[in-house]
Amino acid sequence: MSNVIGLIFIGIGLVFDFFGCLGLVRLPDVYNRLQAATKCVTLGTCSILFGTFLIVGFNAAGLKALLCIVFLILTAPVAAHAIARGAHRSGIKLWKGSVVDRYAEDKEGEAK
Amino acid sequence: MKKFRWLIGTIILVGILILIIVRPLPFLFYPDLPYLKFLGRAIYIIILACFLCLYRVWRGPTGADRIVAIDIMGILIVGLCAILTISTNRSWYIDIGIAWALQSFISTLAFSKYLEGRDFDE
Repeated sequence: MSNVIGLIFIGIGLVFDFFGCLGLVRLPDVYNRLQAATKCVTLGTCSILFGTFLIVGFNAAGLKALLCIVFLILTAPVAAHAIARGAHRSGIKLWKGSVVDRYAEDKEGEAK
Repeated sequence: MKKFRWLIGTIILVGILILIIVRPLPFLFYPDLPYLKFLGRAIYIIILACFLCLYRVWRGPTGADRIVAIDIMGILIVGLCAILTISTNRSWYIDIGIAWALQSFISTLAFSKYLEGRDFDE
């Protein structure tokens, strides 16, 4: 029974991974690509790791899979924010259909 | 011209998906695994997603696109290591996954510092 639940988790994770990478190819801008790919792929990989834990069970490999989930949830948003900050500071323009740019307004407010 | 390129990309993607459904990956498994075909197709789908990331590395207009694609491919390979742990029944693949996650995080932070135009000291 837990094998079937684990396989369902792995299937959900594969769907999230594939659509995240499709967003990485199709979207028009660095920031759009970053938010689509990071959120989808992190959730998908965490789902695959949780399915691995359900199939393998309480032994060394399963507990290492849980540890890997903790690492991913801690590190992936930090890396994404660092990339977005670096890209904005290095002067990459937003897509022409973008509505608002709060970070530029904040930097103008700091300069005054 | 743009619609023509869109059509070619859609045809290639649908063709690879049909190949995935028709024949699963025959090696990398121990033989009496009950759900062998599902895991073989799972490995195929993750490799396809990695090739989409490599396309973004190849055609990225700026450097930040390439850094994003490399970061995403690191996270995908952690999932590939987890599936290999089930299919080959060897527990050291997940060790490779943990080490790959930490290394990818540190290298992404260093690349974003480089993109910002500062030194690594501060």
